[in-house]
Amino acid sequence: MSAVGRTWRRVRQNRVIVISGGLLTAVVFIAVIGPMVSPNDYLQTDFGNILQSPSFAGMHLFGTDDLGRDLFVRTLLGVQVTIIVALVASAVSLVIGVLYGAVAGFAGGRVDAIMMRFVDTLYALPFIFFVILLMVAFERNFFLIFVAIGAVNWLDMARIVRGQTLSLREREFVQAAQLTGVSFARIILRHIAPNLIGMVVVYVTLTIPQAILVESFLSFLGLGIQEPQTSLGALIDAGVNQMEGALWMLLIPATLLALILLCFNFIGDALRDVFDSRRSR
Amino acid sequence: MLRRMKASRIALLVTLLLAAIGLALLSRDETGDAEPELPTLHRGLSSDPESIDPHKARSVQAAEVLRDIGEGLVAYSATGELVGAAAESWSISDDGLNYTFKIRPEARWSNGDAVTAEHFVFSMRRLVDPATAAFYAQAIAAIVNAEAIIASEMAPSDLGVEVIENNALVITLERPTPYLLSLLTHPSTFPVHPGSVAEHGTAFTRPENLLSNGAYTLDAWEPGSVLKLSRNEQYWNNAETSIEAVNYHVLTQEMTELNRYRAGEIDVTGSIPPDSFEQVREQYGDEMHIAPYLGVYYYGYNLTKPPFAGNSALRQALSMAIDRETLVEKVTGRGEAPAYSWVPPGVDNYDPRRLSYADMTQDERNAAARRLYRDAGYNEDRPAQFELRYNTSDTQQRIALAVQSMWRDVLGVETTLINEEFQVLLANMREAEITQVFRSSWIGDYNDAHTFLSILQTGSPANMPRFANDEYDDLMRRAAEQTDPLARRLYLEEAERVLLGEHAVIPLYFFVSKHLVSPRVQGWGDNVLDYHYSQHLSLATD
Amino acid sequence: MLRYALLRLLGAIPTLLLVIVLAFLMVHAAPGGPFDDERVLPPEIEANIAQAYQLDQPLPKQFFNYMSGLLRGDMGPSYRYRDHTVSELIGNAFPVSLKLGAMAMLLAVVVGVGTGTLAALRKDSLLDRLVMTLAMTGISIPVFVIAPVLVLLFAVKLQWLPAGWSGSEGAARFLLPAISLALPQIAYIARLTRASMIDVLSSDFVRTARAQGLGTQAIVRFHALKPAMLPVLSYMGPAIAAILTGSVVVEEIFGIPGLGQFFVRGALNRDYTLVLGIVVFYATLVILLNLVVDILYGVIDPRIRQR
Repeated sequence: MSAVGRTWRRVRQNRVIVISGGLLTAVVFIAVIGPMVSPNDYLQTDFGNILQSPSFAGMHLFGTDDLGRDLFVRTLLGVQVTIIVALVASAVSLVIGVLYGAVAGFAGGRVDAIMMRFVDTLYALPFIFFVILLMVAFERNFFLIFVAIGAVNWLDMARIVRGQTLSLREREFVQAAQLTGVSFARIILRHIAPNLIGMVVVYVTLTIPQAILVESFLSFLGLGIQEPQTSLGALIDAGVNQMEGALWMLLIPATLLALILLCFNFIGDALRDVFDSRRSR
Repeated sequence: MLRRMKASRIALLVTLLLAAIGLALLSRDETGDAEPELPTLHRGLSSDPESIDPHKARSVQAAEVLRDIGEGLVAYSATGELVGAAAESWSISDDGLNYTFKIRPEARWSNGDAVTAEHFVFSMRRLVDPATAAFYAQAIAAIVNAEAIIASEMAPSDLGVEVIENNALVITLERPTPYLLSLLTHPSTFPVHPGSVAEHGTAFTRPENLLSNGAYTLDAWEPGSVLKLSRNEQYWNNAETSIEAVNYHVLTQEMTELNRYRAGEIDVTGSIPPDSFEQVREQYGDEMHIAPYLGVYYYGYNLTKPPFAGNSALRQALSMAIDRETLVEKVTGRGEAPAYSWVPPGVDNYDPRRLSYADMTQDERNAAARRLYRDAGYNEDRPAQFELRYNTSDTQQRIALAVQSMWRDVLGVETTLINEEFQVLLANMREAEITQVFRSSWIGDYNDAHTFLSILQTGSPANMPRFANDEYDDLMRRAAEQTDPLARRLYLEEAERVLLGEHAVIPLYFFVSKHLVSPRVQGWGDNVLDYHYSQHLSLATD
Repeated sequence: MLRYALLRLLGAIPTLLLVIVLAFLMVHAAPGGPFDDERVLPPEIEANIAQAYQLDQPLPKQFFNYMSGLLRGDMGPSYRYRDHTVSELIGNAFPVSLKLGAMAMLLAVVVGVGTGTLAALRKDSLLDRLVMTLAMTGISIPVFVIAPVLVLLFAVKLQWLPAGWSGSEGAARFLLPAISLALPQIAYIARLTRASMIDVLSSDFVRTARAQGLGTQAIVRFHALKPAMLPVLSYMGPAIAAILTGSVVVEEIFGIPGLGQFFVRGALNRDYTLVLGIVVFYATLVILLNLVVDILYGVIDPRIRQR
């Protein structure tokens, strides 16, 4: 069995990954199916029924908010938005980070030194400031949220990739490729990248929670997703304001958020175990 | 591996270093001396004043603080009447163009200097001086030459204010301005101490330098946190001032302010969070003060572009389809009054006109709206589609969602909601290129209908809908020429009728001032301008 | 040695410059200006204000003005707080943020390591599970939920601690904000410590020490703690960054006049100079810190200097 096959088997057999993965899939599934099945939509206001606690009446399984809108559908849509934002943001930071890190690691020498010096400085700059500036400068364009979060999150990825690339560069098969005249880009793509996948996968599962939290911070500051669209962060923020009168408005999205974050964290940890022990063999 | 360990160690070292510095700083000045605290009134302020220089300030919050540390020629008493403040008496010429104010001989600055007419002349000149870059320079636009000075066409010394004998000053106006006295309660007309300005330059506003002619002086200002005021012993009416010290706490989040009130740290809040309104009413019903306030919340149409240009049937339909009662009860729910006029109730010497359908039931309005909608050329298959812009804030959002919903349910209109940051919305409204329906509001500067009606004249910078109606402008012009208050009032009311008939705007509700006032505070009087001078208040001693 | 330091410093300047230019462009790219308001100003007054603050000049000229001021150490007046200069505002705000961050950091490390160690020692016990569950909640609940809950409980209902910052003078007012900030980090560090400590405790040399009769306390203190700390050390950098991010929200909620609050306010108010000032300040601070680290590094390992 190939190395990839072995790794995959270990992943499949890891209980934590299976359970967390299963939960996440279930959440996503419900988030997609739920709104389709429910008789309510996320827009419809109903001033006669504001702040109703969860019940089967009117199929308001999660209750209604302060405008009488159905929270079941809104929450599930919020889950969709949150996960999409997280995935796209991670994808953005993945692409930028991997490219940057691979180039730096492979080039080595002064180019590498300069590139990493830049990363070092950016690293501890309060990236939240730049995200805020970006959101303010470009008027909370929905698309931009992903880009903003992703673009300031690529640093860790770049560092790791660069480290890995550096050590891989010294390995025989890469040197052999160089000797036989394979191009720079080809070497990165065919030889280095596949070896990075392990680290990268682990990393992505850990940046996703970060991205989700940043989006919720932005919603709190009023710079996140725009009404009537919503995200878990926005729902939670609204819920905090109703904490004493309508606790479900806070509890339900907060629990879902916690669940999603935990699952990603667990999967990330477990994957790290899997890949670490693979490497040390 | 070794290198990584060392780097981590160094990172830890640096972290601990910073932590140590931080904690050292913490323990040094955070131990708080047990200084016996004077009985202090704690008020919540929703944002820092831009400046404590009355000529450089503009916000309502700045005005609140300025009214405590400064005083103009006239002010409002605790019962809401216009009384003399720095001026002990005044007279108005028959043609309404000359106001003579006699300055009170016992009026003093906090350093003991007498307040003189000269100080007021100096200050008003400074207000219109282009170099001061004052926001409210046009508050005294009615004074002779004021506008020319602002436009740098004349020198500040040409302003129509003059000192005359017996410590008095004369203000000469370009045109009769019946609301001038109300205007003169506005902090931009407060005096500054010329000697202080000469000596310190812009630093005259520093708490250690600032001279006050009001009931309190500014002791300290920690931006983002608190302004501390204490009694001005030199104030001419100091004997009537009851409270020793006032702290204005800058609290930008309404929930935070509420929590602090509940924890007993604040005696008067600046506002009440909309989301907690019901709970607050249950728990603190007697401490809540809701009163009509001189402001109107409205949705404006961009009258220069389709679909609203020239389509008054559509404009009226949309206006009628909104259930204002539900809006104020369920959506804003803080005691606001639904608006069927443009000018709010409670304005001096004025009886607002009302929209033609003010007395119909909502069902009747909906039916009429549907007819008008069809007349305007729209129906189910061809719905009206446009954008509604509003600025980021929970309240605006709720209102927009509610209105969108109402328009959809009653008429089938498709409204796209666009939530913009405030600055962005403002820029868009001013350009009037992409706006279609937008949320806006207007707070009156003084207690007169003119402040509301004037902004919709052609060419007014605050005329966001770009309302340009000859009849309206003509009526406003004629009103400005009247010296007889009754005649003036009739012209103004007629102008409002024209405005409402054109449905240039959709007035939604009138503002209310909302405060939580602790039972230990006495003397709080609700008024339509929401002026609450600290010198009129007292603290019940336990 | 000196040469090394100077080289590093010079290398940092282009980065700093880039950061300033980026921030300048972003802040000016935002629509609206610092003096816009619903009470729209008549054009003459707008012109007067624009002139007084040099906002009517072309952008490159404004940048040049700003840079020349900066080189003289003058970060300009704040557009929004017209009575204060940016340097003054930052000078007041930084110590506040620093104190808050320091307290949070300390709490995070001490409580985090402490509980993590305890959990590791009592692995699989009720205490362990309790600690780990709490840790999990700490990681997955945003700080803007934790803070209001804490305020409601401890300040409003129980009245043990001040609800806000401006009402008192002592250190107590930092407590709730610092705890709110620290909680997610406590959770993270506790988890890290526990995992790492468990590894170390089951390692050979610890088992040897135990066989030799050493008590648990001694083992932990002298043998296990240091190696177990490694992952925590590596986490210090991200921890600081996370506390910084969280401080923006915490300062907003508690009304603390720190850099985070001023920055957000500044960005929303288009207070160009304040925003730029904070960015420049932070960037300089970070660069200086990196420099210090590098120099210490160079001192420890002379080989690096030759690179």
